[in-house]
Amino acid sequence: MSFTGLTTHEEQRMLREIGVGAFDELLDAIPERVVLHQPLPIPGPLSEIEIRRTLGEWSRTNAADRAVSFLGAGAYDHWIPSAVNAVAMRSEFATAYTPYQPEVAQGSLTAIFQFQSMIAELTGCDVANASLYDGSTATVEAALLARGQTGRKRVVVAGALHPNYLGVLRTYLDGRDLTILENRGGSCAALDLRAGLGPDVACVIYQHPNFFGLLENPRGIHAMAHEVGALVIAVCDPVALSLIEPPGKAGADMVVGEAQPLGNPPSFGGPMLGYFACKQSLVRRMPGRIAAETNDRDGRRGFVLTLQTREQHIRREKATSNICTNQGLMALRATIHMGLLGRQGMRDVAELCVQKSHHAAQLATAVPGYRRAHDGAFFREFALECPLDASAIVARGMTAGILPGVDLGQFRPEWKRWLLVAVTEQRSAQEIERWVQVLADAGRTS
Amino acid sequence: MSYPDDVRYTAEHEWARLAHGIVTVGITGYATEQLGDVVFVELPPIGKQIEASKTFGVVEAVKTVSDLYAPVTGVVVEVNTALTDNPAAVNVEPYGAGWMIRIKPANPADVDQLMNSAAYSRLIEEQHA
Amino acid sequence: MTTRSLENLTFPRRLLIEQGGPGHRGPELPRCDVPAVPIAELLAGITLRETLAFPEVSEPEVVRHFIELSTLNHHIDRGFYPLGSCTMKYNPKINDEIAALPGFALAHPLGPDSANQGALRVIFELQRLLAAITGFAAVTTQPSAGAQGEMTGLMLIRAYHRSRGEGETRVKVLVPDSAHGTNPASVNLLGWETVTIPSDERAGVDLHALSRALDSTTAAVMLTVPNTIGQFERNILEVTQRAHAVGAQVYMDGANLNALVGLVRPADLGFDVMHINVHKTFSTPHGGGGPGAGPVAVARHLEPFLPVPVVVERDGQYTLVHDRPQSIGRVHAFHGNFGILTRALTYILTLGPEGLRRVSRTAILNANWLMRRLAKTYELPHAEHCMHEFVLSGKRLRKHGVKTLDVAKRLLDFGIHAPTVYFPLIIEEALMIEPTETETLDRLEHFALAMERIAREATDHPDLLLNAPHDTPVSRLDEGRAARELILKWRAPLGPEPASTPETVGRR
Repeated sequence: MSFTGLTTHEEQRMLREIGVGAFDELLDAIPERVVLHQPLPIPGPLSEIEIRRTLGEWSRTNAADRAVSFLGAGAYDHWIPSAVNAVAMRSEFATAYTPYQPEVAQGSLTAIFQFQSMIAELTGCDVANASLYDGSTATVEAALLARGQTGRKRVVVAGALHPNYLGVLRTYLDGRDLTILENRGGSCAALDLRAGLGPDVACVIYQHPNFFGLLENPRGIHAMAHEVGALVIAVCDPVALSLIEPPGKAGADMVVGEAQPLGNPPSFGGPMLGYFACKQSLVRRMPGRIAAETNDRDGRRGFVLTLQTREQHIRREKATSNICTNQGLMALRATIHMGLLGRQGMRDVAELCVQKSHHAAQLATAVPGYRRAHDGAFFREFALECPLDASAIVARGMTAGILPGVDLGQFRPEWKRWLLVAVTEQRSAQEIERWVQVLADAGRTS
Repeated sequence: MSYPDDVRYTAEHEWARLAHGIVTVGITGYATEQLGDVVFVELPPIGKQIEASKTFGVVEAVKTVSDLYAPVTGVVVEVNTALTDNPAAVNVEPYGAGWMIRIKPANPADVDQLMNSAAYSRLIEEQHA
Repeated sequence: MTTRSLENLTFPRRLLIEQGGPGHRGPELPRCDVPAVPIAELLAGITLRETLAFPEVSEPEVVRHFIELSTLNHHIDRGFYPLGSCTMKYNPKINDEIAALPGFALAHPLGPDSANQGALRVIFELQRLLAAITGFAAVTTQPSAGAQGEMTGLMLIRAYHRSRGEGETRVKVLVPDSAHGTNPASVNLLGWETVTIPSDERAGVDLHALSRALDSTTAAVMLTVPNTIGQFERNILEVTQRAHAVGAQVYMDGANLNALVGLVRPADLGFDVMHINVHKTFSTPHGGGGPGAGPVAVARHLEPFLPVPVVVERDGQYTLVHDRPQSIGRVHAFHGNFGILTRALTYILTLGPEGLRRVSRTAILNANWLMRRLAKTYELPHAEHCMHEFVLSGKRLRKHGVKTLDVAKRLLDFGIHAPTVYFPLIIEEALMIEPTETETLDRLEHFALAMERIAREATDHPDLLLNAPHDTPVSRLDEGRAARELILKWRAPLGPEPASTPETVGRR
């Protein structure tokens, strides 16, 4: 089953019209000894019935099929309105190519333009691009831009940046150019930051809310960074930005992050949706695709990809990055999502996250042996210090149909008693009670 | 297409005009025709030292981008800031309002070493052959 | 928004911010079922937003908005997309269905391995199958796209050279002049230098030039096979051998793998590493520009350097292993584009070995038939048999003042997406055409007829071409204006506006 549509008769006719006697004559450029004469040692073909059965079984061995999730740490279980799926799954969007011929791609381009508009508004920045692979590579791209712009090399990471984002940064940047500041108390301490800065610093990166869900002090960080001529890169969750002052309004040079929470399921961590927004002065260095408004020959408004000369396919070795794809379909889903929720809905989601996560934290800290790992205001997520290993709590939770949080021991051994708990608008009061029960039961066994 | 006699030319399609000890530089009508509509020009800061045959900036059109090569060695003393708001001037008046930078040359006689308009015309013909 | 639409009394096409108004709401959230505390108290000391200038539109109107936008797109399920090197084949719907199963869609990457066995199994199996298809020893599915796969592949090569004490000396990559722009861009990102190797008169790598350029400073040679002209690199075994002889590694850009599946294994050609574009060869949807995925397959000697974490299987149990001392590190925050990988796996299982073989055979047959047919009307710079794609030159039409761009735009009027144009750079007025295996002879013939008609129009009615397209939702767009004015976001209306009344419909 290969989805082809040629009869044997047609094939023979085609070979005749090409002017060869047999198909193999078309392969004369290939050295004979590398041509495969045996079928590949792989399974299949499977019919749809068998695919549904086999892969269906595999999917049902995933706890996510049934369990209630309190997992976050960069991928969240937010409500996705039914209309998002219904619209985004349409062939017209899903099977369209990159809009290089804008006259037949106004659907994709208009959606991209609106995505850019809403991301710019959420982040408080002048401009935004059509998206990047994910939050981690968006952070890398921002750091590379800062270096190109300032001519400086050092990248300072302040406060609690997602350890996996840090991992990706480390892969892309030379370790000598990366300064990771300690975070006492879970967030960025002003003293640490001041000590870590200097005239060789291209940018300061901080996450807000940070990896532990704690809210930082953007204005303070911005002031210190700008004082030494470094650019500021704020890595922000878009749901939080519906409620808190966006760093773009407080002078951040770039605001980037992970927009999966907007209309996209966690999907085992991918595909994700990186976003990138920045000040007008940096627009020509912005990586990725960008849609711009224009008009056609009849005066109708339309949209096209622009500043493509910066993209790799034209500037080749001078390209500012090597991004080819944006995350078209994910960005479309986010755009539909933001359009459906609108001004009030976006705020409602954020407020519910705050209410429910604080309620959960309060209940949990009332259970003997449990306390918050950090002090300070938090959004949607908090780290709980537990009387036993977080992994044991997770295991117990699974028997009760709950994924109670992310075991932070997988990142650092000294965090093995910490559980990172995310409570979105989807979690009911009853689910939260069941979750507290898991903590209580686990606590009793320790 | 004809190429003005009052300037000299480089093989990378820049022109240079020496007047009162200062060299004005831009790109030729052939270059603008190849590029299409210019949308942005990236120019060096005043005071920058530039070297003959090395790049001093970038010219961006809708679908292409091209480096700009200095015709002579010297220091940048002026840049055409009008191009920020009106990059189209490069297409409309490549030898006039579309000028890009002015250089104080290390050696003014260097300009005479560049091609005259007849030699440049021949170069274009050869490239098209 | 123009008076044109009012004249026709069609509902005006607006952006979301231009519709609805205060009081218009989409689907609502449930009431808060936990005791509510004032936000300002819960977030003491935090500066909150003052406003969020977002649209306020009802759900039916949001849906209509996007459905209308969808009608403006060409897409594979509608018609032909002969884009060279993009492999616009049919996107099987079973793939999407499997990826959307709740157990997969809701799986969380940081849950315990015991909670994610199904997901880990998908990744492990896909890696195993891709290794078998390409002939390599190991595969990572972390990279998010082909370009990131390239970067990853080059990093693996760098790690390899470093492990042998040659990290500082091997800093050059040889790339043919026919290569896609991501190749030198990826090289640049590593801080390495690109050395461009000219093509010979058969559009293959010039062996003499290659040999002259190969030395102890060469980190790698990057090749696309078949190349961007659609030709199999005749001297490939010689090329890889010479590269290895100077201690360099050979990287294959897998963009054109559709020509080789089931027919040739890239590892057998002497490559050390390659990336795979699953959104090309393995049918995952293009989504209007992503997401894709760019798995990287490597020979045994590069396996220790693969990104972490790695999926390991033992006794039917799958685990994520992070402790790999020689790994280049992470290239993805989690485990790659899982939703896309699931689709690719479904596709490979659907096809099986016979299906994959049929893919490359049919792709090659379709391309050769189309090439011979169009060579009667257009200039064919390289007349040997092609593989899955071929390149024509539009330069014969220049004497009528018609460029390849105009051919591309006129095709849109016939319901056919333009082929890739102006690439590769080594062919003038290039038209790169890849029909793929899922097109029928009817479709190929329709395309040929359209191209033949356009060639006639170039002689008889050139302005039909110069002003094309005529039959699309918008006519040719002013890209110069877009690049000069850089209007990259909407203008939010000033202040609250009353909801639209019949009198105000159509007025911005």
